[in-house]
Amino acid sequence: MINKKVANVTEAIQGVRDNMTFMFGGFGLSGIPENAIAELVKLNVKGLTCISNNAGVDDFGLGLLLQQKQIKKMISSYVGENDEFERQMLSGELEVELIPQGTLAERARAAQAGFPAFYTPAGYGTEVAEGKETREFNGKMYVLEHAFKADFGFIKAWKGDAAGNLVFKGTARNFNPNMCGAANITVAEVEELVPVGELDPNQIHIPGIFVQRIFEGAHYEKRIEQRTVRQRS
Amino acid sequence: MLDKNGIAKRIAKEVKDGYYVNLGIGIPTLVANFVRDDIEVEFQSENGVLGMGPFPFEGDEDADVINAGKQTITTLPGASFFDSATSFSMIRGQHVDLTILGAMEVAENGDIANWKIPGKMVKGMGGAMDLVASAENIIVAMMHTNRAGDSKLLKSCTLPLTGVGCVKKIVTNLAVIEVTAEGFKLLERAPGVSVEEIQKATEGHLIIEGEIPEMAI
Repeated sequence: MINKKVANVTEAIQGVRDNMTFMFGGFGLSGIPENAIAELVKLNVKGLTCISNNAGVDDFGLGLLLQQKQIKKMISSYVGENDEFERQMLSGELEVELIPQGTLAERARAAQAGFPAFYTPAGYGTEVAEGKETREFNGKMYVLEHAFKADFGFIKAWKGDAAGNLVFKGTARNFNPNMCGAANITVAEVEELVPVGELDPNQIHIPGIFVQRIFEGAHYEKRIEQRTVRQRS
Repeated sequence: MLDKNGIAKRIAKEVKDGYYVNLGIGIPTLVANFVRDDIEVEFQSENGVLGMGPFPFEGDEDADVINAGKQTITTLPGASFFDSATSFSMIRGQHVDLTILGAMEVAENGDIANWKIPGKMVKGMGGAMDLVASAENIIVAMMHTNRAGDSKLLKSCTLPLTGVGCVKKIVTNLAVIEVTAEGFKLLERAPGVSVEEIQKATEGHLIIEGEIPEMAI
């Protein structure tokens, strides 16, 4: 067993520096690497390029990095729900690249899987395709999109072990598996780090080979963005 | 004239037995409430769930089980969770049978704009561009006119496009319209709405052939 376990978040994010490119798993506030984000806020590294489907809310998630003006550029598919983001974008302080959600997922998976680029129909004929190579296959037009390149990938899983194996829960899975192994260093934080051998090899979502560092995170807030319920009749 | 629930109710009739359906945010979400219960349908949410159920009972909310609108949801027996790339494989690979989404503008050639108002609203496209570029069967659910009273069914879109030539059908508070090679073809009128009213609220070319029936809801 190759040991990926590190003592804590401080050790897990060793090597992060100003002007690096990071990937973050999560959809909205679900499945975001809360501990890594908190530590990046503490370290106050600046000039970051962040690849993440969303940009958090004003006081949580990547919104915390935005508050400290640590982010230079965001690559996302949807960035509503964040006033500070909007302010920085409209004032020109923050560079923003909006890309289709499926393209974002696939650019991560392409990096993970060793594909330099791929063709997708998403965005053809829109401003997303401007300046990009297009090509016809079987009578339909496609846009060439490239794999992401990033220094660190920050992942949140439900359970994991010291070998780096990961299991996700519910829709907190989202972009997390696709971003594993897509950056130079993949840092996974888990709610529960279980003894090696406890996870059923049949049920592992991401094998440890895609993960360089793993630790058990502390105090997950797991904030709910839209609490929708029905009444018991 | 229909309200939002009326639009959703009419669209629900387009949902057939055995369909996998992706519902957008807003009016499309309401469609799930009106699907006949004698057919089997599974709802997909692009953040990674197939077999979505209703909202949870109070106290049962789970931060790890949400839909693409970030709302807490439940799952039904037979449901599955998956990663984002798999989710968009379902969408791009045309495994999802029907996509229902909202729009700011639709053009008579099927172009759709629903993600950006330059200088005003730039929230992003989310999964909309993947959905409209891939789905064979796209229904747009929207009001016929915007808040200013201007038509949302245009000769050509004025806002940045989400996709080109992709919309097949539009259900509004006034009408059911099919997008054809010749333009918007009027299929049905909302209860109490005249063909003249629909014509007046439609900027793009409206094709009116024969007697236009009133929607049966």
